[in-house]
Amino acid sequence: MSDTHAHNASFVRETMLPEVAPPATQTGVIKWVRENLFSSWLNALLTIISLYVIYYVLSHTLGWMLYGIWDAGSLSECREIRDEIYGADASVACWAVLADRWDQLLFGFYPQDLYWRPVLALLVFFVAVAPILFENVPRKLFYVTAVAPFLCFWLIWGGSIWTPIAVALGFVIGGVIIRFGDEILGSLGATIAGLVVPILYWLFFAGPVAGGLSAIAPIEMQYVASDEIGGFMLAIIIGVTSIILSFPLGIVLALGRQSDLFIINKSCVFFIEVIRSVPLIVWLFTASLLLNYFLPPGTNFDLLLRVIIMVTFFASAYMAEVIRGGLAALPRGQYEGADSLGLNYWQSMQLIILPQALKISIPGIVNTFIGVFKDTTLVVFVGLSDPIGFSNLIRATTDWNGIYWELFIFIGACFFICCFAMSKYSQFLERKLRTDHR
Amino acid sequence: MATMTEPPAETFRLSQLIYDTRYRSLTIQVVAFILIMAGLFWLASNTVQNLQSLGKDFNFGFLGQRAGYDINQRLVEYTNDSTHARAALVGILNTLLVAFVGCIIATIVGVIAGVLRLSNNWIVARLMAVYVEGFRNIPTLLWILIVFAIMTEATPQPRDFRGDDPEASMILFDTVAITNRGIYTPAPVWGDGALMLVLVFIASLVGIWAFRRYARKRQEQTGDILPVFWTSLGLFFIPSILFYFILGRPVTLEYPELTGFNFSGGTHMRNSFIALTLALALYTGAFIAENVRSGILAVSKGQTEAAFALGLRPNRTMNLVILPQALRVIIPPLISQYLNLTKNSSLAIAVGYMDVRSTLGGITINQTGRELEGMLLLGLFYLITSLIISSLMNVYNSSIKLKER
Repeated sequence: MSDTHAHNASFVRETMLPEVAPPATQTGVIKWVRENLFSSWLNALLTIISLYVIYYVLSHTLGWMLYGIWDAGSLSECREIRDEIYGADASVACWAVLADRWDQLLFGFYPQDLYWRPVLALLVFFVAVAPILFENVPRKLFYVTAVAPFLCFWLIWGGSIWTPIAVALGFVIGGVIIRFGDEILGSLGATIAGLVVPILYWLFFAGPVAGGLSAIAPIEMQYVASDEIGGFMLAIIIGVTSIILSFPLGIVLALGRQSDLFIINKSCVFFIEVIRSVPLIVWLFTASLLLNYFLPPGTNFDLLLRVIIMVTFFASAYMAEVIRGGLAALPRGQYEGADSLGLNYWQSMQLIILPQALKISIPGIVNTFIGVFKDTTLVVFVGLSDPIGFSNLIRATTDWNGIYWELFIFIGACFFICCFAMSKYSQFLERKLRTDHR
Repeated sequence: MATMTEPPAETFRLSQLIYDTRYRSLTIQVVAFILIMAGLFWLASNTVQNLQSLGKDFNFGFLGQRAGYDINQRLVEYTNDSTHARAALVGILNTLLVAFVGCIIATIVGVIAGVLRLSNNWIVARLMAVYVEGFRNIPTLLWILIVFAIMTEATPQPRDFRGDDPEASMILFDTVAITNRGIYTPAPVWGDGALMLVLVFIASLVGIWAFRRYARKRQEQTGDILPVFWTSLGLFFIPSILFYFILGRPVTLEYPELTGFNFSGGTHMRNSFIALTLALALYTGAFIAENVRSGILAVSKGQTEAAFALGLRPNRTMNLVILPQALRVIIPPLISQYLNLTKNSSLAIAVGYMDVRSTLGGITINQTGRELEGMLLLGLFYLITSLIISSLMNVYNSSIKLKER
């Protein structure tokens, strides 16, 4: 038909074109900016507003912070240095207050030559919580965890070493009875005896035992009274103690609230609701004003201890609600599965229900922890000198009268670091424990 | 053949109380009851004994006595000749005021911040993250003190407004003065016929409600969609403005003026009130933002896609599909945030705002020495407030929650 062969009319390209860079508007920074900042009119407007906000804030604070004066003995001295360097109307921070008073902000009126003790206690605490927080540290450290509360107590308050040891002995007695008492008393009997005997021991024998031992071998450090403890040390002591104590108490309350037993259920509900609906401040005032009314005449114990008890109760009510949420979120089948295995109540709780419920409620639990730690600042109102209380004390001196922002920023930054670290850890934990394969 | 065996005769043994599950729960409860009662009795008897040794009795008669102290912010009539009960009432109203205003601001701030944190605008999302994390990880008390310090230290004094070339000037067309003694705003003055105007406004609100009902009914029956938004907007403004001029401007504004050493006239909002409300609102707003964010994220993307596939426009998708589902997740934590704000208003002590804790739980207790009664009443007040808030919000919650069939 035709002589025109396909030789000169190829429809298929035989050579590859070299790669060409995408158009300039579709790459790199420009593309990112277009997509993320100026994708629409509204977006562009928001971007410009936020850039202005950032500029406004930084222009007012950055120079003030960076040019701040670190080396001065008082606010007036600070102002003199500023006048010399920057001129009279410059606005610069006077960080010297932190350099001058940081040891008080951290330790309160704790004796200066004994600062190593709370620092050592903090180290012991970190070593003790390491095996709980992370899986890849030696399991042997759990021995430190068991000893830590008593060791930290002794390091911070000092006094005779035999007092914490005598108290610890009660736990040892209870543990031994529960562990080895099965054959003699039966499991229920051993549990009851394991609870009752230590209480009797603490009530009647711990004091004489400690007294006797310290008479034989007087090992003691300088005693530090509670009212000398202040600053961040106080916040950490109250926070950590209440967090640790409120956790088991919260679990017990949550289980009580889930329980079918009418009286136990109702009393747990009552306790939780009453505690939760009244502000912590009111409870703290109750602790400082009223607790002496409720106790036998003549009892008068430390304000710090009273506050810790109240904060613990408060935290445990919140904890109970969080854990109750976790318990309620578990599918019914888990409870039935535990029953069908023939486990008793405590076994099923310990082996099947609680691990899952606690895992579900990790975010809530950590939120409660953070809340408790932040709420320790409220103790300033019952006369304890926490960081905010100390900032008031510092401002009351003639040297530093009239200084606000530097102290606020320092305290805020310290709390931010602690709380932010906790929330990051909880996210890490959530990821680690995630078992749903999504 | 199977022989019927008689069940063994039931003989009750004492050990059954512990080992028989039928009786065990009863035993545990009885023991718990006895222990709890013993504990309460112990506390009560201690209290009675302690009160006796202090020579105090337990009665609420102090509420009727003359208070003898002044309260600078009050919503109802109060002088220092009034009773302690009246002072407590003033404090209660002050607490409720902070809680109410704070909850409204916190909701607005929280919703905006929560939505913006999900924005695909990188800078805005980061800025909101900084806001949320900053407020969530620093104690409320510190925020209240910081806002109070800003209000008192970084704002001009009233005398700076004086002179031909003042250092500070009033904002919003010379109507609002921000000073270190508080914020002065115009106050409405109710003249003749103001009642009529209020009635007209209420009537137009009722009209909006009735129109929305009618529009929904009509849409369900015929499918016609009436312009609800514009009609509501018109009903809201037009009748009131019309009647405002017909009645001869019955409501006028009184502007704050600088007289002597301070401003007078208008409404004076104290720094303590503003600092407390603003700090609590911003603090709680950060938590609400997180609730809103998680609520929106909880609605799966498929819902939006399905709504678009049905041909719904974006704002209808938002109103009819996304929001109702997100609200179910948002409302329960929102309730507890409102409760938290109400309880945190007791931090008023930090800025000297006279809330119920400072009047009933502070000065009254100090003056009369009635710690037990005062704290009891204070606790009861907070308990009742919390219960009311949570039950109101639970009613709302149950009206929007998933209707399972």
